[in-house]
Amino acid sequence: MSATHTFLNRLEERTAYRRESAATPEPSWVAARRQAGAARFEALGFPTKRDEAWKYTDVRRISEGDFALAQDADFSPTTAATLGLPLDAIRLSFVDGVFSAELSDMADLPAGLGVEPLSKAMSTNHEAVGGSLGRLAGVEFSPFTALNTALADEGAVIRIGSGVVVEKPILVQFFSRANAQPVMSHPRVLIEAGARSQATIIEHYVGEAEAANFTNVVGEALLERGAILSHYILQEASLQDAHIGSLHIDQGRDSRFTSFNINLGGALVRNDLISDLNAEGAEANYYGLFFAQGRQHVDNHTLVNHNAPHTFSNENYKGILGDRARGVFNGKVIVKRDSQKIEAHQSNANLLLSDRAEIDTKPELEIYADDVKCSHGATTGQLDEEAVFALRTRGIDEQTARGLLTLAFAGEVMDKVTLDTVAERVERAVAGKLPERFNLSDLVDVATANQA
Amino acid sequence: MLEVKDLHVTVEGNEILKGLSLTVNAGEVHAIMGPNGSGKSTLSAVIAGKEDYEVTSGSITFEGRDVLEMEIEERAQAGLLLGFQYPVEIPGVKNIYLLKAALNAQRKARGENEIPAPEFMKLVREKLAFMKMDASFLQRAVNEGFSGGEKKRNEILQMLLLEPKLAMLDEIDSGLDIDAMKIVADGVNSLRSEERAVLMVTHYQRLLDYITPDYVHVLVDGRIAKSGDKSLALELESRGYEWVLEESAA
Ligand SMILES: Nc1ncnc2c1ncn2[C@@H]1O[C@H](COP(=O)(O)OP(=O)(O)OP(=O)(O)O)[C@@H](O)[C@H]1O
Ligand SMILES: [Mg+2]
Repeated sequence: MSATHTFLNRLEERTAYRRESAATPEPSWVAARRQAGAARFEALGFPTKRDEAWKYTDVRRISEGDFALAQDADFSPTTAATLGLPLDAIRLSFVDGVFSAELSDMADLPAGLGVEPLSKAMSTNHEAVGGSLGRLAGVEFSPFTALNTALADEGAVIRIGSGVVVEKPILVQFFSRANAQPVMSHPRVLIEAGARSQATIIEHYVGEAEAANFTNVVGEALLERGAILSHYILQEASLQDAHIGSLHIDQGRDSRFTSFNINLGGALVRNDLISDLNAEGAEANYYGLFFAQGRQHVDNHTLVNHNAPHTFSNENYKGILGDRARGVFNGKVIVKRDSQKIEAHQSNANLLLSDRAEIDTKPELEIYADDVKCSHGATTGQLDEEAVFALRTRGIDEQTARGLLTLAFAGEVMDKVTLDTVAERVERAVAGKLPERFNLSDLVDVATANQA
Repeated sequence: MLEVKDLHVTVEGNEILKGLSLTVNAGEVHAIMGPNGSGKSTLSAVIAGKEDYEVTSGSITFEGRDVLEMEIEERAQAGLLLGFQYPVEIPGVKNIYLLKAALNAQRKARGENEIPAPEFMKLVREKLAFMKMDASFLQRAVNEGFSGGEKKRNEILQMLLLEPKLAMLDEIDSGLDIDAMKIVADGVNSLRSEERAVLMVTHYQRLLDYITPDYVHVLVDGRIAKSGDKSLALELESRGYEWVLEESAA
């Protein structure tokens, strides 16, 4: 029997309780979608190296794993607070995929903003969810999207009304516990950003060090005219966790989507970002940083579809790989035939900290219009040993010198990160504790002013 | 303070230093001159700890400590500082950060606390003003896009802040305009004291007009071929190196 069938059979047993215990039957459209998802997953099966999109990423850790479904969201608030980002934020929390009201904070939402777990949105008005859920992701995208569609029953629903500017960041936390029996979760993230609305949303994946679970998330973001959305994925899961995620973004006229995809944790991570720039003036900025050590495997696939003229995309991914870590970057830009006057820039630079680390990078441009401005490039290199020496001759110890230079390599991307707590997490992961990197700029400004 | 004894150094199989000996005492300024390729930069780099060089025999001690047994950073923390002939660019690392990290590393090695930020800024402002450098240099990445002369000034700025016991300056005068030469020389002179020493490599008498050396050494083919006082530099300026070569061969 194939891994896919073993997985499905086991799933049959594992989900039986849910069908039996459900108080009210699910709406028929949900049942229909589950069936479609399951059928699609069965037809596709788990991807193998023969699938072009999965050429470098082996998913056996998932396909051969035995994952249960979490039954509760018990998690110590102290641990949650230590793991979570110290942010003044609107918080929505999940523990192994199960919503935790205790760890969430959705009091005092500004008028025009809705933040709620999917289960609640469904029970309040499932038809209002059904219109958008799955519209962008579908079930065709990948076997994992299909699997998610078959199993999803929880997640985050964020609706930002027209003209609403959300001041506080919206933090969606996914905690992964060290369970005796590993679990899997199939959360959804649905974001509807109304016309001219503005918000910052952070998806934070983090967990206990011994956690060895599988998260299979599907996100969808709809940006209406003039909406401005900053979206973070901060991956800090344990070094045994597997994570597959895709985020499908649909952008209207003059909307701006800025993605920060920051990967520090996880044993096996695959992220897909897909933007459709559907109307003039739409802009997508993708900033990515993946830092992997040990035997971590991180695969980032991005796709930007320039479906309309006068659309802009700008992508900069930095990879830092140590030990025997492996990274994959595949960035694709497709410019449709009539999408004139577009601009698309893409770059991926990688730093290998060890001889045994590996990166497979492939920037791809498919251009069917003729009046476009496009660029792309990929580089891979090592730390500059001359610079390491120069820093050490100033009394800076070797570890700090290497940390500083590694961090400097990520600088171009990190300079764009406006959330300091996120930047600090990156700094700590990449360079360890460095003496006072923050606030220095402020001091210099003062010094400059004083001197003038 | 610094004692180099019969030092033999090999780079990729070629012997560059062939039994070099040199003693520098506290309070002294030594100038090292010599033809291109004779081993001047090699000497200062070996003292600073550059790893591509293999010391096949001989010894280096600094204040009684075996320098060759010390890590690169330990040498700096002990007060041995090298000003590079070709300072490297370090993209992404701000000058201000390098200065602060370096100063704190030194303080930590001495068992002192990190310097409070306001105190640090006051100090940096002073040194910047001394070097006639704009504060904008602090925000820029180390040496990135700096002109040749700016890089050299930046090296001295670091020296002024870190106050080494022994400053080794490798062609600190190259690429400097006349005004910058004066500023750099003032910087170096301000470091001179009874407790400190300076070892500087140069090709030109002009720097020595500003920074008067106590000793001048001529390094030829991996050895000190001749030593003298400041008048030796003047003699070299007018006569070149040929006669030293002949004299030492004889
Ligand atoms: N990494 C290396 N590999 C091979 N040869 C080297 C290396 N480093 C230095 N050398 C050689 O060692 C010799 C001494 O070089 P060094 O830089 O010390 O000379 P220098 O006296 O400082 O010369 P200059 O006045 O031109 O600066 C030169 O012949 C140089 O080519
Ligand atoms: Mg030299």
